[in-house]
Amino acid sequence: MSYSKRDEDSGRIGYHHYFDKTTVLQEARVFNESPINARKCRALLTKILYLISLGETFGTTEATELFFSVTKLFQSKDSALRQMVYLVIKELSTVAEDVIMVTSSLMKDMQPTSEVMYRANAIRVLRKITDASMLQGLERFLKAAIVDKNAKVSSAALVSSYHLYGIAKEVVKRWANEAQEAINAKPPSAVSAATSYMTSFGNVPAAYTAVSNSNIVQYHALGLLYAIRQKDRMAVNKLVQAYAARSGMSGSVLRSPFAQCLLVRYACKVMEEDPSSTRAVYELLEGWLRHKSEMVNLEAAKAICEIKDASAKELFPAVTTLQNFLSSGKPSIKFAAIRALNKLAMTKPAAVAPCNIDMENMITDQNRSISTFAITTLLKTGNEASVERLMKQISGFMSEITDESKVLVVEAVGSLCIKFPAKHHVMLSFLSGALRDDGGYDFKRAVVDAIFNFVKYIPESKEAALSHLCEIIEDCEYSKLSVKILHLLGVEGPKCPQPTKYIRYIYNRVILENAVVRGAAVSALAKFGVNVEDEAVKQSVKVLLSRCLDDADDEVRDRATMYLNVIKSGDEKGYVKDDSTYALAYLERQLLAYVSNPEAADAPFDLTSVPKISRQEEQERGAQEQSAVAQSLGGGSISPPASSSNGGAGSRPSATTAPSLDQQAIYAQKLSEVSEFTSFGPLFKSSAKPVELTEAETEYVVSCVKHVFAHHVVFQFNIRNTINDTVLEDVNVLMTAESDDVSLVEVAIIPAPQLAYDVPGTAYVAFERTILEEYPECTFSSVLKFIAKDCDPTSGEPDEEGFEDEYQVEEVSLAIGDFVLPSYIPSFNKGWEDLGAEFEVVETLALTASPGIQEACNDIIALLGMQALENSGAVQGSNVHTMVLSGIFIGGIRVLARCRMTYDSSTGVTLQLAIRSANEEVSQVLIGAIA
Amino acid sequence: MGSIFSRILGRLWGDKEVRILILGLDGAGKTTILYRLQVGEVVTTIPTIGFNVETVQYKNIKFQVWDLGGQTSIRPYWRCYYANTDAVIYVVDSVDRDRVSTAKEELMAMLEEDELKDASLLVFANKQDMAGAMTSAEVSDALGLSTLMNRQWSIYKTSAVKGEGLTEGLDWLINIMQK
Repeated sequence: MSYSKRDEDSGRIGYHHYFDKTTVLQEARVFNESPINARKCRALLTKILYLISLGETFGTTEATELFFSVTKLFQSKDSALRQMVYLVIKELSTVAEDVIMVTSSLMKDMQPTSEVMYRANAIRVLRKITDASMLQGLERFLKAAIVDKNAKVSSAALVSSYHLYGIAKEVVKRWANEAQEAINAKPPSAVSAATSYMTSFGNVPAAYTAVSNSNIVQYHALGLLYAIRQKDRMAVNKLVQAYAARSGMSGSVLRSPFAQCLLVRYACKVMEEDPSSTRAVYELLEGWLRHKSEMVNLEAAKAICEIKDASAKELFPAVTTLQNFLSSGKPSIKFAAIRALNKLAMTKPAAVAPCNIDMENMITDQNRSISTFAITTLLKTGNEASVERLMKQISGFMSEITDESKVLVVEAVGSLCIKFPAKHHVMLSFLSGALRDDGGYDFKRAVVDAIFNFVKYIPESKEAALSHLCEIIEDCEYSKLSVKILHLLGVEGPKCPQPTKYIRYIYNRVILENAVVRGAAVSALAKFGVNVEDEAVKQSVKVLLSRCLDDADDEVRDRATMYLNVIKSGDEKGYVKDDSTYALAYLERQLLAYVSNPEAADAPFDLTSVPKISRQEEQERGAQEQSAVAQSLGGGSISPPASSSNGGAGSRPSATTAPSLDQQAIYAQKLSEVSEFTSFGPLFKSSAKPVELTEAETEYVVSCVKHVFAHHVVFQFNIRNTINDTVLEDVNVLMTAESDDVSLVEVAIIPAPQLAYDVPGTAYVAFERTILEEYPECTFSSVLKFIAKDCDPTSGEPDEEGFEDEYQVEEVSLAIGDFVLPSYIPSFNKGWEDLGAEFEVVETLALTASPGIQEACNDIIALLGMQALENSGAVQGSNVHTMVLSGIFIGGIRVLARCRMTYDSSTGVTLQLAIRSANEEVSQVLIGAIA
Repeated sequence: MGSIFSRILGRLWGDKEVRILILGLDGAGKTTILYRLQVGEVVTTIPTIGFNVETVQYKNIKFQVWDLGGQTSIRPYWRCYYANTDAVIYVVDSVDRDRVSTAKEELMAMLEEDELKDASLLVFANKQDMAGAMTSAEVSDALGLSTLMNRQWSIYKTSAVKGEGLTEGLDWLINIMQK
């Protein structure tokens, strides 16, 4: 198939090779000749289209001139010529100016009196040149065309409406009835020479008189209907129910398998948005597995496989369907089935295992895409014994498949290492063998990543993997990869029994490579110098580094100089071993706020207010993003968790900061869209988790998030209306402070304009802190005030009249912890010493309420809003514990806290709390939060 | 007999169609005139965004008639269609006294174009069926036709709705071209 295509192309290049844009533009004079030579003009138009398809671009003036010449061809009645005119105008419409000049001509062509070919194409061109303002005038014609008896006209109108929906939603919305009518229309009865939909272009005019019975109209109409209704969940649900219900019977409304596939997808959307419908939708999907069209079966099976928490029983019918397709005679069906199974095997290999025998047969399939998928799927579902055999089989044809498939294979092997650590020899040698093959960057990177996995997850394979990596950099054409590998060698190498053997590989890079790689090599060397205990090694690293001082590149020299001095001075902790990094999402946001505020530019950017996190957290966050991948790695059970190597048990509490900072970025984005809040400056802190202010099963479910700005506090109320058939409008939250002497003044109440059933909405209340030195702790009682309107149960339209109502929710409180950002520092003791005892406040307290030290720790972290360092947030089981905390107080003031606790069953927990900061008041305020 | 005539005419005209532009302000009745000439009926029209082009057969002569939209926004594009034009039919709304001066400006600007220097000018003082219509003399004065130099021109009073005056105008055109 692909071969014949290519031949055709090259043949055409041979035929047209002698013309270019300039000659074509010159030849365009034939359009102005009179009478028109239709054949000549058509050939020239073909050339223009050909040039455009090759990527040739026309300037605005050129395109406009060309366009006006082409419009003159409307005088010709030659339908073959007119067809090309339509196509060329479509292409030029995006570049040329004043394309509306053909509006009248096209409107004439789309009238029912014209030929079908004219009508359908004219509609399609018209939508390209029209805009929202002109649509009103076209509405009547387009509506009529949608319900036209001829499928080509109807399809053209529907597809055009679909495109127009983006530019004029309100107008197109009114065409829903016509779209529905188009779906329900009876199939055309007179079918002799059934031409498929695709022939509406580029075929002989005679074909246009034939009636199409492809039912493609239904596909287009359903698509438009969905586009119109997609914002309204109930309406989509009804749409799916309506057509799904009728499709069960023999005379189903949706005759087009394409339309049926769309319906499958919309059903999945319904399920995604409303988990409670999963059961009902599953039954629909299951029914579609027995539809008479293979396409629909596939779509339904894929949809079932993608249900997140489907049980084995639920998956079974889908997998069986796919399994049957594996032995299909059509390669495309086979391919689609194996691809779906491959995807499913990533998360649920057990469900796919029954197909193993079928897939084994497909390994030798002559279609390489199919065999690649078969093997990678087998690698996931197979057992340890089969791995070796499979690997051998893949190595056999690795060189025959495309880079993309190679990446697939390599990723499958890389994830396999966790499942069968015992087989790492086979897999590693496979990977290093694969590296010797030719391949692009993506492929090589996949291999390197796979080997990195070995280093990370399989300690026993580490040395072998590292030496493979060393070989790779000996002859690596991609600097990016070399840098990556050198970094890993720098991190892992010093921990190995024989660090010296890596040093040789690394230093070779310094001699042989470009500046980027040399720089990375110097950094890696320095890590050996710092982290290896052996004095002899340290000494030789120093020698190597001093040789780098003569490097031609500034950066390499600078790095060498710096590292040499760091090693000499012994101040390693602060530089090479510093494992803290800024919370990048937060830093990015602060920088954006800084750049966008011209007044702030007078002062330098304040880095102290940016919280730090440890590298470990950063990695954990990366790991979370890849959690889907990670799950596939272990096939559901990851044996060595990412943090176990250096954290020990209970490093969990520290991990909470990072995700909340990400969440905060989302909040900040939302808040910046509210105009009232733009003057508040950058967001300092958002409370980590929304506080539930109601029970989960009440009429209105409300939760609250607190956002603290430099001078302001914003309460965000997330409200969900759980009463069917009512709509709430103008939902305000009224907050009353429990005590009067609080230095907070309400500055804005922003209501949620409308809350439909089960659609969450947001209301805000903003306060300004009038006295900046005070950090008010206060409790507020909150009441929702709104206008409730009942909805008509059949149409879903809300009544005109509503009634005012109130709803009391639980109290919200503002605490000191809301003014503190948790922040990581690498060494608590050093920070503690640096701050000094000048503003230290110490207090001893009896925490009688706490049943144990762990609970006390959790309470203190919550109250102070600080970060536990050095895993001190988790108690190791003794009755004495010291927890150290770090944070940034609003205004960028660093705060550290040391909590010494003893536990005695008779007296409860006794706490000695010491707080140090650069400001005495702050220390006092924080102590006050606990006392 | 007819075939002999057409042979003679064919010799006179060649295979070439006579290319005619119908121009004028918006709402003057250009599109109505075009279709009155082509199908002999009054069709309902909407403002022309762009142009209509039709072939009109009259007395064995093929006219290729371009009816260009008269709205202010479209007038600038008239010039794209001037090339190879044999004659311009300029349609004036005889009732619209307020805008007759605008009609004059557009006409004069058009006639200055180099590409139209050999084109004949036929003016239709349209909408004569309506009360208060200017006479052709009044229209002619208002447009300043008498000041035209080196131009074959004529003015006819017409009513596109009733179909009056149109054929007379075309007869004049044929006559002038055969000379």
